[in-house]
Parts: sequence; structure tokens; C-alpha cells
Amino acid sequence: MPILGVALLAACTLVGLFAGDLLGAALGLEANVGGVGIAMLLLILLSNLPGRRLGPDSAAGVSFWSLMYIPIIVAMAAKQNVLAAVSGGVMAAVAGTLAVLAAFALVPVLSRWSRRP
Amino acid sequence: MERLEKFAGDNGLLVAFVFVGLVMALAFFLSRHVGRGRVHGSAIAIALALVLAGVAGADTGGKNGVADYPLLAGIGVLGGNMFRDFAIVATAFGVRLSDLRAAGLVGALSIPIGVALSFLVGALVALGFGLTDPAEITTIGAGAATYIVGPVTGASLGVSSRIISLSIAAGLVKAVLVMVATPLVARRIGLDNPVSAMVYGGLMGTTSGVTGGLAATDPKLVPYGAMTSTFYTGLGCLLCPSVFYLVVKALV
Repeated sequence: MPILGVALLAACTLVGLFAGDLLGAALGLEANVGGVGIAMLLLILLSNLPGRRLGPDSAAGVSFWSLMYIPIIVAMAAKQNVLAAVSGGVMAAVAGTLAVLAAFALVPVLSRWSRRP
Repeated sequence: MERLEKFAGDNGLLVAFVFVGLVMALAFFLSRHVGRGRVHGSAIAIALALVLAGVAGADTGGKNGVADYPLLAGIGVLGGNMFRDFAIVATAFGVRLSDLRAAGLVGALSIPIGVALSFLVGALVALGFGLTDPAEITTIGAGAATYIVGPVTGASLGVSSRIISLSIAAGLVKAVLVMVATPLVARRIGLDNPVSAMVYGGLMGTTSGVTGGLAATDPKLVPYGAMTSTFYTGLGCLLCPSVFYLVVKALV
């Protein structure tokens, strides 16, 4: 049943977000600390339990929402305060570009490491 | 008109599905016919949405982009925190722990190295542009990781919408650049085998950029890059608002 997958996904998200909330409070931050990350790890662990793989129907409930991720990000982009960001647009462009160049430069370095026995 | 606005408001989420669907259809049309597949449709869709948000902001004077139009208020729900977190968690599904182990130590290490590298570069750029608030510096650094990590970090640290938009813009610049530049530099950085594709996915992290870039380079490499980059956003969401924020706070 697809609802089982959706329910599992929602439960992992809720548990992760609440754990992130508690973690934030424990660290003295008024912030959710890594709730999304915890929820993702939880979903990976629960959907990989030996002998307890989700059936294809249940899995479809989760896959649907993972396919909706780009559209939701599009909706999120459409409700941003973009006008205010344009004034500092150079900073965004520089940060994004330099991050890409740095990562490109490291690809051959790390690939070489992995070839060492 | 008043009646229509009330109707659209009552069915906000459905209006949002139609709106986003139209934006994405237009974006994929532009990608195929104008960009000749060079830039992935998703990246164009996000860029289009940001442009629309900017136009709407100039028109309404509000802070919530197109969601400030009563007709499109549902965009605020679909693009809100609940659906965003829900869908991001869903992308982790299908990743197998055994695949993760097969990626090897370097494949796994490339992810935290990539997150830290992008964060460091982004945070230094933010400092260079005169930001002083640790939460804002952290958000820009997180945005240099991916356009998801930026807003997730910014939202959890409570920074202004302006900084969140900047962090999304930084991540978007990264995603688009990765898609366009990967086929051009692939040969030079040795991106022609599964191992380097996994390393590349872990270092870049932006899943849409990585999958788009690899698809334009060699479609056989896509799953390898996607496998490591899938973890990048989750790890970034875990590290940026916590460990990295505390480091920045201690240093600034």
C-alpha cells in the first residue's frame, strides 16, 4: 500500500525534525540542528532492515515524494525575497563559482588516492 | 474576482501544483529547444521561479515572492518548510547501505571533504563581502554547498529572507555552472570512470548539477555521481547549522 511508504516517510521526517529540535535545544541554539539529516539517515536505515524491504507499492509512496522534490524547490524559489537578494547578487555568484572551481580541482586528487591499494 | 481569489485561496495547494507544473513545463521546453539540453530543465525552472519571485516582489512590495498574490498564496504552502523537508528526506530513499560501502573510503570521504570545502569557500566569500553575523556567514557558506543546505541552514539559524535568497542564489549558480562546465572539463579532471564519478558527486554535491553534468558527459556515470551526491545535502544539513555554525561563531 503506497500509504505505508508515505507514512514511513512522514514518521521519519517528524522523528528527525523533532530530534533536531531537541538537539538544538540541548546545544543552547534556538535552531533545528540537522533534523533533516537525521530523518534521512533514519529512512535509509529503516528501509534497509534485513528481510524487511518495503514492497513495491509501499516504495512508490516514497518515490513519488522524492520525485516531487524539484517541483517543491521550484515553489520554494518562487516565494523567496529575491528582490532583496539582487543587491548582493555578486556575492552569490562569487561564492557559487569559487566553490565549483575548488571542487573541480580536488576531483583528480581524491581519485588518485582511491586508486592506491 | 473576489470570488475567484477566495476560491483559489481555499484550494491553494492545487493552484500551486498547477503553477509549478506550468513553470516546469516551460522550463523543460526551453531546455530542450532553446538550450539544446545543455542546461537541465530543473535548473531553468528554479531560475524562472526566482525571476518570477523577483518580479512579484517588485510588484507587491512583499517578502514572499509570488505567494504575496492572493491567487497564488498556495505556493507558500507547497514551498514551505513542511513540504520541503518531507521531499528532501524522500530523496534519501533507494540508497542502499551496501552500495554505500562499495563506494569505498575515498568515495565516502569525498562527501564531508566536499561539504567542508564548499562551506569554507562560501564563508570566506561572505567574510570578504563584509558580513559579520556568524549565522549569516554560515548560511552563505551552506549555500555554496547546495541550494537546499543554504535555506535549511538559514531557516534553522533564523537569518533574514534576504540572506536565505542569497544562499539559494549561490547554490543555484553552483548547480548551473556544474551542469554547463562538467562536460567541458571532464577529460582534464579524469572524469571517465565510476570511481572518479563517485568522488566528483561527493565533492560537488548538488544533485541536479551532478546528474545534469554527468548526463551531458557520459550517461553511464550518472548513478555513481548521484549515489554520493545524494548524501551531500543531508550531511550538509546536519553539519552546517551545527558543527560548522559553532566553529564560525567561535572564530568570528
